[in-house]
Amino acid sequence: MSQKIIEIDILRYRPELDDEPFTQVFEIPYNADMSILEALQYIKDHLDSTISFRWSCRMAICGSCGLMVNGVPKLGCKAFLRDYHPKKITLEPLANFPIERDLVVVMDDFIKKLEEIKPYIIPVKNEEGKTKCLSDGAYQQTPEQMEKYKQFSMCINCGLCYAACPQYGLDTKFTGPAALALIARYNRDSRDAGSAERMKIVSQEEGVWGCTFVGYCSVVCPKGVDPAAAIQLLKVESSKDYLIGMFKPE
Amino acid sequence: MLENKEKTYTRSHEPVFWGLFGAGGMLTAFLTPVMILITGLLIPLGIIDKGNFNYQTIHSFATTWYGASIVLVLVALPLWHTLHRIFHALHDLGIKRGRDWQQVLSYGFAFAVSVFVFTLLLQIL
Repeated sequence: MSQKIIEIDILRYRPELDDEPFTQVFEIPYNADMSILEALQYIKDHLDSTISFRWSCRMAICGSCGLMVNGVPKLGCKAFLRDYHPKKITLEPLANFPIERDLVVVMDDFIKKLEEIKPYIIPVKNEEGKTKCLSDGAYQQTPEQMEKYKQFSMCINCGLCYAACPQYGLDTKFTGPAALALIARYNRDSRDAGSAERMKIVSQEEGVWGCTFVGYCSVVCPKGVDPAAAIQLLKVESSKDYLIGMFKPE
Repeated sequence: MLENKEKTYTRSHEPVFWGLFGAGGMLTAFLTPVMILITGLLIPLGIIDKGNFNYQTIHSFATTWYGASIVLVLVALPLWHTLHRIFHALHDLGIKRGRDWQQVLSYGFAFAVSVFVFTLLLQIL
C-alpha cells in the first residue's frame, strides 16, 4: 500500500530575504492522527529547517501555536489533518497581527492590552488601607460565586479571537475580545475590588463599545470562553455605570 | 520604558444609543412577525375580520392616549435600532470619512422622525 500524502501551502516571510510574503508548497505523508502542529514539525525536521512557527505544550494549554488554517483561526495542536484530507491545507500566520517571520506574528499590541486591564485580583483594602494578611486565612468563595467567572478564566491568551474579530481588524485601538473577557473574569470575582479601575477601560469607545456583537470570537475560541457573551455582560455593566454617573458624577 | 502617567479614559455615550438599539431590536424581533402574520396572512385569509382594521377603528385607537403611545413606541424604537445599525455598518464597510456627520445624520434622522410622529399624534389626540 502506497503512503497517502497531503499537500500543505504555507505562507512564508523572511524579512531579511523577502520583499513580501509568498506561498511555499510542501507534501508530507498523511496520517489520520497527525495534528497540524505535528505536520509543521515534520516539515521542519525533514523538508525545510528554515520554517518558523511558535509552539510549546502540544495540548491546547499554552496558546502558542495559533495560526490560520484555510482562513480560520485555529490552534495547530488542536486541528487535525484528517479533517482536511484529501483536500490541501493552507497555513497562514494569525490575521490582524503583523507578521514577524513565517507563521510567527508580533503580539505586542495584544500583550500591552492584557497588561493594561490588570489581569490579577486586586484585593479589598481595610480602613487602614491594608489588604488582608495571609495569617487571616484564605478568601472563601461559594460555588455560585465561582461559577460567575470560571468560564472566562479559561482563556489561554492564544489570540485566535483577535484574528477572528472584524472590529479589531478595522481598528487595533479596540481593546478586543480576550482582554475584555478577562476584565469580566476579574470584575465578576467576589475576591476582587478592582472593578472601578477596569470599568474606565470598559466604558471607552475603544472598550466594549467598539464591539458590534459579530460573535466570531466565541466561535473560534478553543477553550469555550465565549468572549462575546462576556462583552455583552460588560455592556450592561457599562450602561448601568453610565446611568449612575449621570446622577452621581465623580 | 513604560509610561508612569495614568492614562486618561474618555467615557463613551454609546449606552444611550445602545439602549435604544436594544429596545428597538427587541420590539422588532417580537412584534414584526406578529404584525406580518396579522396584516399579511390572517386578514387576507379572512380569519380576522377586515372590518376591525378600517380607517375609523385605527384612527380611534390612535387618538386614545395609550393607543398614541403604542404607535409612537412602535415607530420610534425600531427606527433608532435601524439607524444605529446603519451607522455601525458604515464603519464596518470602512467608510471613514465624516464619522461625525454620519452620526449626526443617522441619529438626527431617528430623532427628527420620532419628534415628527410625536407631534403628529399630539395633533390628532
